[in-house]
Amino acid sequence: MQAEIAHPLDVYLRETGMHHIWCTGCGNGILLNSFVTAMRELELNLDKIVVVSGIGCIGRIAGYINTDSFHTTHGRPIPFATGVKLANPELKVVVISGDGDLFAIGGNHFIHAARRNVDIKVICANNFNYGMTGGQQGPTTPLNISTATTPYGNIEHPFNLVHLAAGSGAVYVARWTTLHVRRLTESIKKALQKEGFSFIEVISQCPEIYGKSTKIGDAIDFMNWFKKASEIQNFSDPAKAEITPDRIPIGEFVDIEKPTYEKLLTEKIVQVQNKTQGGA
Amino acid sequence: MSEKNRAVFTGKHFLSGDIACAEGALAAGCRFFAGYPITPATEIAERMARRLPQVGATYIQMEDEIASIAAVIGASYAGLKAMTATSGPGFSLMQENIGLAVMTEAPCVIVDVMRGGPSTGQPTMAGQQDVMQAKWGSHGDYEIVALTPSSVQEAFDLTIEAFNYAETYRVPVMVMMDAIVGHMWEKVIIPPADNIRIVNRNKPSVTPKEYMPFKPEKNLVPPMAVFGEGYRFHATGLTHEEDGRPRTESIKAQQRLVQRLCDKIRKNSDKIVQVKEIMMEDAEVAVVAYGIESRAALSAVRKARSNGIKAGLVRLVTLWPFPEKPIAEVAEKVKMIIVPEMNYGQLVREVERAAKATPVTFLPKLGEEPHRPEEIFEAIKGGKP
Amino acid sequence: MEKQILATKKLWRKPLDAEKIKLPEAQIYIIKDRCKGCGYCIQFCPKEVLEESEEINARGVHPPKVKDPSKCALCGFCTAICPDLAIYVVEKTSEKKEEEKNERKE
Repeated sequence: MQAEIAHPLDVYLRETGMHHIWCTGCGNGILLNSFVTAMRELELNLDKIVVVSGIGCIGRIAGYINTDSFHTTHGRPIPFATGVKLANPELKVVVISGDGDLFAIGGNHFIHAARRNVDIKVICANNFNYGMTGGQQGPTTPLNISTATTPYGNIEHPFNLVHLAAGSGAVYVARWTTLHVRRLTESIKKALQKEGFSFIEVISQCPEIYGKSTKIGDAIDFMNWFKKASEIQNFSDPAKAEITPDRIPIGEFVDIEKPTYEKLLTEKIVQVQNKTQGGA
Repeated sequence: MSEKNRAVFTGKHFLSGDIACAEGALAAGCRFFAGYPITPATEIAERMARRLPQVGATYIQMEDEIASIAAVIGASYAGLKAMTATSGPGFSLMQENIGLAVMTEAPCVIVDVMRGGPSTGQPTMAGQQDVMQAKWGSHGDYEIVALTPSSVQEAFDLTIEAFNYAETYRVPVMVMMDAIVGHMWEKVIIPPADNIRIVNRNKPSVTPKEYMPFKPEKNLVPPMAVFGEGYRFHATGLTHEEDGRPRTESIKAQQRLVQRLCDKIRKNSDKIVQVKEIMMEDAEVAVVAYGIESRAALSAVRKARSNGIKAGLVRLVTLWPFPEKPIAEVAEKVKMIIVPEMNYGQLVREVERAAKATPVTFLPKLGEEPHRPEEIFEAIKGGKP
Repeated sequence: MEKQILATKKLWRKPLDAEKIKLPEAQIYIIKDRCKGCGYCIQFCPKEVLEESEEINARGVHPPKVKDPSKCALCGFCTAICPDLAIYVVEKTSEKKEEEKNERKE
């Protein structure tokens, strides 16, 4: 019988939550690993981080991380996170959710939070389908793929999330696969330290469900696809970053500076209070 | 602090119901408003947009009502008293997240300035058509508190009480204000800050290690830690245990949680329910009314009295939890109950249920205008619809 | 030491400072019952240090086992890629080296 070994990252995980419910080889597990590694490497104060997740397999992640956390209704982690951040700007607020939650039902909230440049970090685990409910199509499912609700093949064009984020005004946009876990950790660290709306798309494998839809094989075949098709091109044109079976453009796409909503709000409040001071 | 930057707008003012409601929120300590313009509640948002920066607080106009209520719950969890205001269509959009507020026990206030429905209906015309929705709008079994002002002064006072109920019971509280009360202008007396009773949520008395975010204490309500204080707790809309862990397959967890969420209101309803009885001591006919209808009803009752009819008014201040006991007691004393509503039959059903054998006459009214006092008087006189 | 250097690094001659420089030794910890058997650590280890073990863990899969710890370059990829945080590698501490030396003596 093996004595209970602790993992060095266990202190960042919630004891009552673990072990996670994700399948063998699920990319969400790698994202969890990467995220807590980033927290450790930055030596962040765990009391001042809030993790907000939506509905989906990835939604369970909030219950696994040892910080204040909240699991919202479907599609609504971003406006919830906005409320948290504006109520207490000292907190670092991170939204970790899925492609359907953030871009189908939650699409409107994404583009507006990016437009406002609210200082929240949004990490999207993009596994190209709705895994939790059994593999239905989502807004990032590629054309022609047969899913539970596209049994004859998907006829919808998928989003290019990098382009969408860049177009909406995000100040930091990156895409990595779970295979590129170290670069993903570096991007997460960068986003955590950058002010403004930061978006990281994580191409994540769903071997049990999406893997079956695409007949790609097993978890390792999935990773080998990432290895084969990924092309690192930092700061290439987000408009040309669509994902095809042969090409997954990854890297950092946007890294700019722009006044955040919080900064403009604080300035405005000072301005208003000074103006009304004199009884104007 | 400058006059203009004060949170409590002390003094004698002439305000509309919407503006008084906004001022009530500020006086109660509301420091976060997220909303979306909708007639006839827009003035609340506009007043908050103007006043919140003056007191150093946040007003944000979100992209829709769903985002608004989500942001309000977030701000509540980060420690602020938060509010949103809307009308029927927006109230419908908010229902799912109202359920989230109930499930995660997030104190917050939602103002519904009621207009003609259903759907887009009559945006500029009043109604009382959302009163059932206030209690039953979201899915699942749950209880909330709903208050209804019948004057501009009450729009101020009851908004403060709404925040107090929200903080005491960790529940979303609705302020159901028909558009007439919302848009009419009356005198409001706003007292100095020291004379206003404010309730704040109970904080945990244990260490973060011992803290169970959904373990109830007084009144079946758990003390509330907020984000950023080191408690590192998890809250979810899924059925959960007292430590916050989701428990989607446990029958006992569902029973325990749902019953407690309902019981914390039901078992405390004596402390929550508010009705005002006028001329009821020897009444033989009772008019049960709320909001703007209660003012017409009062006129009718006075006219009835001057005509020798022993009529009285029961004015509902809390719509939910429904004042079952007061209505049942009234029903035992009187021969008939009349319920005038600006809808086609909503709260009257609750009155009928509580009144049991006592006959209840329902007076419907659709489309902007409340009943004229004469109409209610005729019903009192005639003894039948 | 010489054998280790030559084995891991495929050098064409022994480095001049081989006596001075101490290569770190790897200590690989496998939390067997967390493993779900995805195989990433085995597949993607650049030094092929791991292989599937014969035993079956609490989840009904074969967790990895260390084939040859001397080959491990402490790159940490297994640690980073494991979705279940079931494996991690650290530099062997001097206490651990002492412990192992004493175990060998017994």
